[in-house]
Amino acid sequence: MAYVAVRGGAEAIEASLEHLQYERVKEGAYVAVETLQATMRGFLDQVMSESSLYSEQLAGLAMKQSEGNVEEAIFLLRAHRSTLPRLYYSTTTDARNMFVLRRISASFKDIPGGQILGASHDYLHRLLNFDLLQETAADVVAQKAEFEAIEVPDESELPLENLPKVMDYLRQEGLIREFPENDAEPSDITKESMAFPTNRSQRLQTLTRGQTGTVTSLGYAGLRGYGASHPTVGEVRVGWQSIHVAMDDEDDPYYIGAIKLTEVESFIPVNVDSEDKQVLEFDIGYGACFGQNETKAIAMSIVDHALETGGDTPIHDEEFVLLHVDTIESTGFISHLKMPHYVTFQSKLEQMRTIKKEGKSL
Amino acid sequence: MREVPFALLDEQSKKEIRRAILKGVAIPGYQVPFASREMPIGRGWGTGGLQVTLALIGKEDTLKVIDQGADDSVNAINIKKLVQKTTGVETTSRTQDASIVQSRHRIPEVPLTKEQILVLQVPEPEPLRAIERSEYKTKRYHAEKEYSGAYLMLFEQIMRYNQTSQGADYPVLVNGRYVMNPSPIPRFDNPKIDSNEALILFGAGREKKIYAVPPYTNVQSLAFEDYPFVVEQFEGKICRETGLSNVFLDELTDEKTGETYYLCNDTSYMKEVLARKVAVK
Repeated sequence: MAYVAVRGGAEAIEASLEHLQYERVKEGAYVAVETLQATMRGFLDQVMSESSLYSEQLAGLAMKQSEGNVEEAIFLLRAHRSTLPRLYYSTTTDARNMFVLRRISASFKDIPGGQILGASHDYLHRLLNFDLLQETAADVVAQKAEFEAIEVPDESELPLENLPKVMDYLRQEGLIREFPENDAEPSDITKESMAFPTNRSQRLQTLTRGQTGTVTSLGYAGLRGYGASHPTVGEVRVGWQSIHVAMDDEDDPYYIGAIKLTEVESFIPVNVDSEDKQVLEFDIGYGACFGQNETKAIAMSIVDHALETGGDTPIHDEEFVLLHVDTIESTGFISHLKMPHYVTFQSKLEQMRTIKKEGKSL
Repeated sequence: MREVPFALLDEQSKKEIRRAILKGVAIPGYQVPFASREMPIGRGWGTGGLQVTLALIGKEDTLKVIDQGADDSVNAINIKKLVQKTTGVETTSRTQDASIVQSRHRIPEVPLTKEQILVLQVPEPEPLRAIERSEYKTKRYHAEKEYSGAYLMLFEQIMRYNQTSQGADYPVLVNGRYVMNPSPIPRFDNPKIDSNEALILFGAGREKKIYAVPPYTNVQSLAFEDYPFVVEQFEGKICRETGLSNVFLDELTDEKTGETYYLCNDTSYMKEVLARKVAVK
């Protein structure tokens, strides 16, 4: 029978899926989700941020299941999100109350509360550590014990909570361009699709779950010449942020846990008309994302400001930016090109042939 | 560890999608925005259609899923499997037996009835996107019924090629009001939308839009008086298996002889005609 050409789809899929299962186990090696959670911080943070689902365990599971494929891991988590009822919103949380693990400012040498380097790749020589090829579980335990035996000096009794913000210092001096307080209820882009022009909460939500590479590239473009100017990083803070949920307005909110958060405030000089003269003031570009994703958060602060201020380059165009930064949307539509298109192609083919035959003579 | 809800989505999401569908039915051809959940299949692989199907499907339904006219193509199987796994409903490849037909790029050859719902997967819901990339502006064009761009696009094609060169996804005017992309069905299927007995729903997951053509709605493909709308022509070509000529055909090559031959694209219809032939013999 001739039509077998399009048959056998079910068997082929089953075989392909089985093959995939085999690829995951064919080396006979095993890794526990707990191990991934404990050793793959950077991966988990990126995946939690892009999937906008904060769960180290589920991110670890997604990583294991997808064999470390970032795009697939995010996909799994986003799809999981769709099966969950969304019953509550957390109450407003202020990064001033963050339990700080790392906090730096590029704007001042010294800042109130101090520069706290925490753990960072920034100061690392990126040389492969070949010792890790031989590392054993016992080595890890021994090294951990060594670190933990180090006596902590008294000076480390630094307060790590309620650290003042660098921005507040400039604000006191009147150097930050002031805007009226906006306490409007934020939109929820996962419950209502965006209409253009968007509001700021929609923009920030879209950027924070945006693809790390895309947000970074757009921020880079803004910095390099497709945006307003060179921002100065006022403050990058990474730490544990408490999250509360209120059942109703009356109740005291319930503490539901803490998430690791990266928050960035960039200072961007802008020209402001002030009474009889022009002055320079700072605008704030804002970036925040789940986990420790400093590059993304800084890039986000650049793009946020670009979208706030308008201009004629792509990073000022909210449709260009917001409709193309999502991992699921971009990878989904690109990958759909792998699906058969023979009906549409046949339709085009028929037309091209007719045009060739009967087309207009020039 | 966890149970997946009936039809995958949580009930609030389904309710929201149904509201969008109802609004779409009330305003034929109008693109209703909806939040669009992420699905376990690729965004661009039919997630809009899938969400519509999942929001509507009940335990009593019988589902048919086709992709490019075929019931057992990879993507159709995949979607059918997902719906079945999360709902346990019956599936069929016989168009007449289905209460919901989800399809990509085709409307079945067997006429639909008022008992049926056709769900079409939509990659690009905006018929004006090719001439205006901004959603902000196209939304206003629709509001003002400003469709000169859509006609200009066809006019330019006629000026260049003496005919339109829009293959599939040929724009239609719905109920004399909204210009709509019928999804990338061949032009051959466009006339089937007009006054169809079934409810036709369109789901665009990535672009977050749902729209509808209710039963018996007037739907006309855009055209000019002197350049009427034409469907794909398969002159002198017939399906090698069934001998049918009034159907959309796939073009194939015989690997042995190198000859080009044609087959009915709607595989379940072809099988049915073949079975009937065998029975007569």
